[in-house]
Amino acid sequence: MNALGPGIVYTETVVYSPPEAYVNDVPYQLAIIQLNSGGRLTGRIAGPRAEIGDPVSFDEFRNGVAFFHKNQ
Amino acid sequence: MRQVAVVGIGKTAFGAFPDRDLRSLAVEAGQKALENGRAEHSQVEAFYLGNFAGPSFVGQNHLAPYVASAIGIAGVPATRFEAACASSGAAFFHAVSAVAAGLYDVVLVAGVEKMTSQTTPKVTEILAGAGDLCGEVRAGATFPALFAMIARRHMYQYGTTRQHMAAVAVKNHGNGAKNPLAHMRKVITMEQALNGKPIAEPLTVYDCSLISDGAAAVLIAPLERAAEFTDKPVRVLGIAQTSDYVALDEKDDITTLRAVRTSSEKAYKMAGLGPRDIQFAEIHDCFTIAEIIAIEDLGFVEKGQGGPYTLAGKTCIQGELPINTSGGLKAKGHPVGATGVGQICDVVQQIRGEAGERQVSRNKIGLAQNLGGSGATSVVSILGAA
Repeated sequence: MNALGPGIVYTETVVYSPPEAYVNDVPYQLAIIQLNSGGRLTGRIAGPRAEIGDPVSFDEFRNGVAFFHKNQ
Repeated sequence: MRQVAVVGIGKTAFGAFPDRDLRSLAVEAGQKALENGRAEHSQVEAFYLGNFAGPSFVGQNHLAPYVASAIGIAGVPATRFEAACASSGAAFFHAVSAVAAGLYDVVLVAGVEKMTSQTTPKVTEILAGAGDLCGEVRAGATFPALFAMIARRHMYQYGTTRQHMAAVAVKNHGNGAKNPLAHMRKVITMEQALNGKPIAEPLTVYDCSLISDGAAAVLIAPLERAAEFTDKPVRVLGIAQTSDYVALDEKDDITTLRAVRTSSEKAYKMAGLGPRDIQFAEIHDCFTIAEIIAIEDLGFVEKGQGGPYTLAGKTCIQGELPINTSGGLKAKGHPVGATGVGQICDVVQQIRGEAGERQVSRNKIGLAQNLGGSGATSVVSILGAA
């Protein structure tokens, strides 16, 4: 998959009660990212917690999941 | 189109029943509805079954004829409807449509789910199958997480608070405590509701509906034949089912459930009524935020006012618009495939004046709102005294 550009957090949550596939990941931050290039997608935020409106940058796809981090 | 009436209702208790299988629950509800409607098995012309995930929860497929034959109505067309948590709402919509069109007269509609034989992570995974597996679910979305993200955005745009959501939980637990068929008959305090174990921030365990086993059924017939079955027929005044995107990230505005708006507009139009005419409602409170958003999208209050309206006590049994007198999915329980028809049973019970200490005084026109997924299916039914 291609790299994604930067975006803004449209909404987010931190998941504590996971589906079976992700029992080892909790807690993890899930977010819908509004991409600056248009469109939204659901991905994860790694590192410091991001809130609605925070700018984020794309890191990488891991197993098809887009990971972002909050801009410093 | 012909007028359609609900002429019989039947429910199992909702709860965790390790000794009961899916079929026995559905059969119990179906038999009760037939008895309640004083109907012979031979009078039933079709069977509509709502069930979300029997094949995943218990491994059984081909559920509608499996249940129909056990009820004693083998031979009739028997079909399962799957629309996530709106499965039996959808079954009810299609059954009413068929009777209204004159295809059948007497139809049994049931909903059932057997969920508690699986672990919570497994149930969470099966339920997530109602989301988009290629996108949000792969990223780690669960249903609590999807509604948590809806809640966050609603809080951000409208100033909805944790207290507003907790008020939904406190009210519905209070109502459920008075419902003999409810899964959790436990009153909770605002303090408890605000300090529950986190599930997906900002939602705690008190914001989430229950994992339950249970079944519900209704018998429907043309209004002109209703007197053959009951002294208290309840008319379907308006009903509509609509759909929307499955994935949350494909919706323009996640603080509103578009399918709830479109289905309610259609149902109001069919009934010749508006939101102000509704006297009480059973709302799909799969999460506390869902009740807040639904009462906004149904037009009961302005957008953003669902939380303050609830916190002010307006939706209590004694309030101006009682919501979820059954205890809702939060306390009555949420055997997902049974929920839609269960709501119809609860509304009918109120209209008949059979709700006991939960009885509302203005009980002539009630609404049931059944939601699938994060809003991809919505069924709204408006029922009234015949």
